Amino acid sequence: MKKSKDDYLTVFFIGIAATYILVSLALPMYAILSKSIENKDGLFIGLENYKYYFSNPSLFYSIYNSLYVSIISTIISVSLSFMFAFALTRSCMVAKPFFRSIAMIPILLPSLLAGIALIYLFGNQGIFKELLMGKSIYGPIGIVIAEVFYTFPHALLIIITALSIADARLYEAATVLRAGPIKTFFTVTIPSAKYGLMSACFVVFTLVITDFGIPKVVGGQYNVLAIDVYKQVIGQQNFEMGAVVSVVLLIPAMLAFVVDRIVQKKQVSILTARSVVYQPKKNKVLDTIMLVYCIIISICILTVVGMCLYASLIKFWPYNLSLSLKNYQFDLMDGGGWDSYYNSIKMASFAALFGTLIVFTTAYFVEKARSFKPARIMMHLLSMMPMAIPGMVLGLAYIFFFNNPNNPFNFIYGTMAILVISTITHFYTVSHLTALTALKQIDNEFESVASSLKQPFYKMFFSVTVPISLPAIFEIGIYFFVNAMTTVSAVVFIYGPKTTLASVAVLNMDDAGDIAPAAAMGMLIFFTNAAVRIAYVVFTKNILSRFQNWRFKTA
Amino acid sequence: MSVYLTVSKICKSFGSFQALKEASFSVNEGELVCILGPSGCGKTTLLRVIAGLEEQNSGEIVQKGVTISNLPPDQRDFGIVFQSYALFPNLTIKKNIIFGLQTRNQSSEIIENRLNELLSLIGLESHKNKYPAQLSGGEQQRVALARALAPSPGLLLLDEPLSALDAKVRQFLRLEIKNLQKKLGVTTIMVTHDQEEALSMADRIILMNKGVIEQIGTPQELYSKPETSFTADFIGKTNLISAKKISENKIKMFGQEFDCSEPLMSEEITVAIRPEDIKISKQLSEPNIIQGRVLEIEFLGSYSIGQIEVQYNDQKEILICHLPIDNNEQSSIAKNSQISFSLNPNSLKIVSS
Repeated sequence: MKKSKDDYLTVFFIGIAATYILVSLALPMYAILSKSIENKDGLFIGLENYKYYFSNPSLFYSIYNSLYVSIISTIISVSLSFMFAFALTRSCMVAKPFFRSIAMIPILLPSLLAGIALIYLFGNQGIFKELLMGKSIYGPIGIVIAEVFYTFPHALLIIITALSIADARLYEAATVLRAGPIKTFFTVTIPSAKYGLMSACFVVFTLVITDFGIPKVVGGQYNVLAIDVYKQVIGQQNFEMGAVVSVVLLIPAMLAFVVDRIVQKKQVSILTARSVVYQPKKNKVLDTIMLVYCIIISICILTVVGMCLYASLIKFWPYNLSLSLKNYQFDLMDGGGWDSYYNSIKMASFAALFGTLIVFTTAYFVEKARSFKPARIMMHLLSMMPMAIPGMVLGLAYIFFFNNPNNPFNFIYGTMAILVISTITHFYTVSHLTALTALKQIDNEFESVASSLKQPFYKMFFSVTVPISLPAIFEIGIYFFVNAMTTVSAVVFIYGPKTTLASVAVLNMDDAGDIAPAAAMGMLIFFTNAAVRIAYVVFTKNILSRFQNWRFKTA
Repeated sequence: MSVYLTVSKICKSFGSFQALKEASFSVNEGELVCILGPSGCGKTTLLRVIAGLEEQNSGEIVQKGVTISNLPPDQRDFGIVFQSYALFPNLTIKKNIIFGLQTRNQSSEIIENRLNELLSLIGLESHKNKYPAQLSGGEQQRVALARALAPSPGLLLLDEPLSALDAKVRQFLRLEIKNLQKKLGVTTIMVTHDQEEALSMADRIILMNKGVIEQIGTPQELYSKPETSFTADFIGKTNLISAKKISENKIKMFGQEFDCSEPLMSEEITVAIRPEDIKISKQLSEPNIIQGRVLEIEFLGSYSIGQIEVQYNDQKEILICHLPIDNNEQSSIAKNSQISFSLNPNSLKIVSS
């Protein structure tokens, strides 16, 4: 068929998007893989580096440690969040929205802030030190507690979704067949939430095994893979070994990702159009137990955040407990001072703006273009990849790729641009899926209608697709902003002297022993993210809804 | 009447599945043609190929003397209404209708006039500032029609336009669309799986099955002169009986001889008999008479449907027939009673299976 103007435009945009994904993802990943089979002089040496790595027992231990803390954290985090999700979806307890908001707090914090709070609570001079009965918080105990805190909301969101699509007819059938509550729980509730639970397990496992902020802060001498990458690169400047550990770290993350995708595909068919939505009934005993449980969990979460806030506001822990803002005078500390906070705001804003732009337009072509199917499937697969790539691995890959003087994109190395690109790529997959979900809800015939009316697709895109998708577009923007503010792993290798960031400053101040200022900077990030979230809620309620009145029958 | 659109030998495959096998037909100017068939027969694919939304593997489409089969949809001259209507939910009725009118050269006055013309055509003048979600299904359907007609296309394509509506609204809109189409004289191709809809609306029907066009003709032709057993069975109810040729105008079925007025092409034949052509008879000496036992009677108001079992040479065949009601003579027909009935030679249609 002859190509229309729309087709040429589509080719042009898909070309741009493909080039972007190639440069920001595929080529850097190729660079890190090839680096792992080279020696220091850049000569090909096959698997020598891997042989060396696996013959070194201390490095080999890291694999065991990583798996150990990841599995323990996954079991605890998923169990706790399942119970919490159960309370939110299957009980009639009071104040559900309140508890849900509290549970989401950890998403707004850099992960290592949980580690800092634990040091204040259970460290050598901690308030509740005795509770550990002589055991040290530095090591697997601290890592697991902090990781559970950090991964809790991620698991919770997935399990809430799984539990809220229950089919009431199954419960009615169970009641009619005289199954007791325990039997119903194990024969109806658990099986129908099975895929959600599995998905939550994989997500938490991947988050923990690839996280490096928490082990860095409370790990003590306990080495994990992510720390090894950091040590090899920053400590010993051994980039080849860093590449090797990265590839090793990539394997479990990739496996978890592949299994998760298979599980996700099976999830789809559970809820049919004929299902009846389950409505929980009042049950005094259950509701009270659930309420108590949610209160306990909320107190734990608020204690962690409160501890950080308190620590950031007192003069000199634990000797002078008078309040002051001295810890917020970042310019007196290492880590880049207030500039790093402003840099973070700038970086997060750019990531939100460009990330949303790139993700949404790319998702639009992937979902709605009329032809070029192979190219679109390829783009979709590449968009799913970042989920499986640990932030540090991506960062290291960026060093290898962009720091190469022969690379025409070398000029962005050490600038704000590389931080923005790395952040967008690191958080690409979830945003891509959000955009796809929104676009899939829009009638596929809109594009056909526009071309039958001889109107270019971009007119349709701007006057129909974008306005309809506004809630999803803002959701993606906020997601990029919040994560750009908190991420350490995606940026720790590639920030430059002029582009220090708040989240990295938390890490560096903690490293230098300035724990209170680190907590202060972490709190600043938290308040910024919370403010953005709250502003968004207000904005959607008032302004955005005015553009959305077509959704309601009585407009 | 001049030919407006010619479709010749269109083939289309999706992977190994052949959706269209050498589909050929033509549409006259101002005609309303229905493409009818069961789901999965390729009728929507055929419509989408005509629109350019799917690309054919081979074949040619000529519209008003111009070959359009290699043009992208935005260079073809057609308006389309989809099953889902695909109305833009965030635009008002007015903005939906004028979506295709806003080109650089159109003055706002011309657009406004055309809008009012279309609104009065569909009778929704007072709704122009509402959003689609505020309209009923039937109203939305009419807006979709107005939007498709706005740029005055030479060809109107309707993809199952009524299937998302209630039965009552559907009947009303059938007539309305047909009247509108005749009034505007726009050549129209409509896809439907509902044979009643096709019979009541179409000037001609293109009947499809498994990617192949089975028969093309007026609704009356398809009903009274089905060429294939599929046509006979899909359009209305029918009994399909296998028979053998005996001589030029004699066939053997149910183990006995029947006169037949249609030409007989082969030895093994299939005969289609409409239920209403089976007449209860008292005279046993008449030709084309046969006997059977009433198995079931289903009361349907103005008539009943009877299942009659015919036994011959240890074989059984079940015939569906209409039993008249309110007739004292026939009211004696009861379940399990033996009856005789005649099959008029003209009502035995020979179809290819």
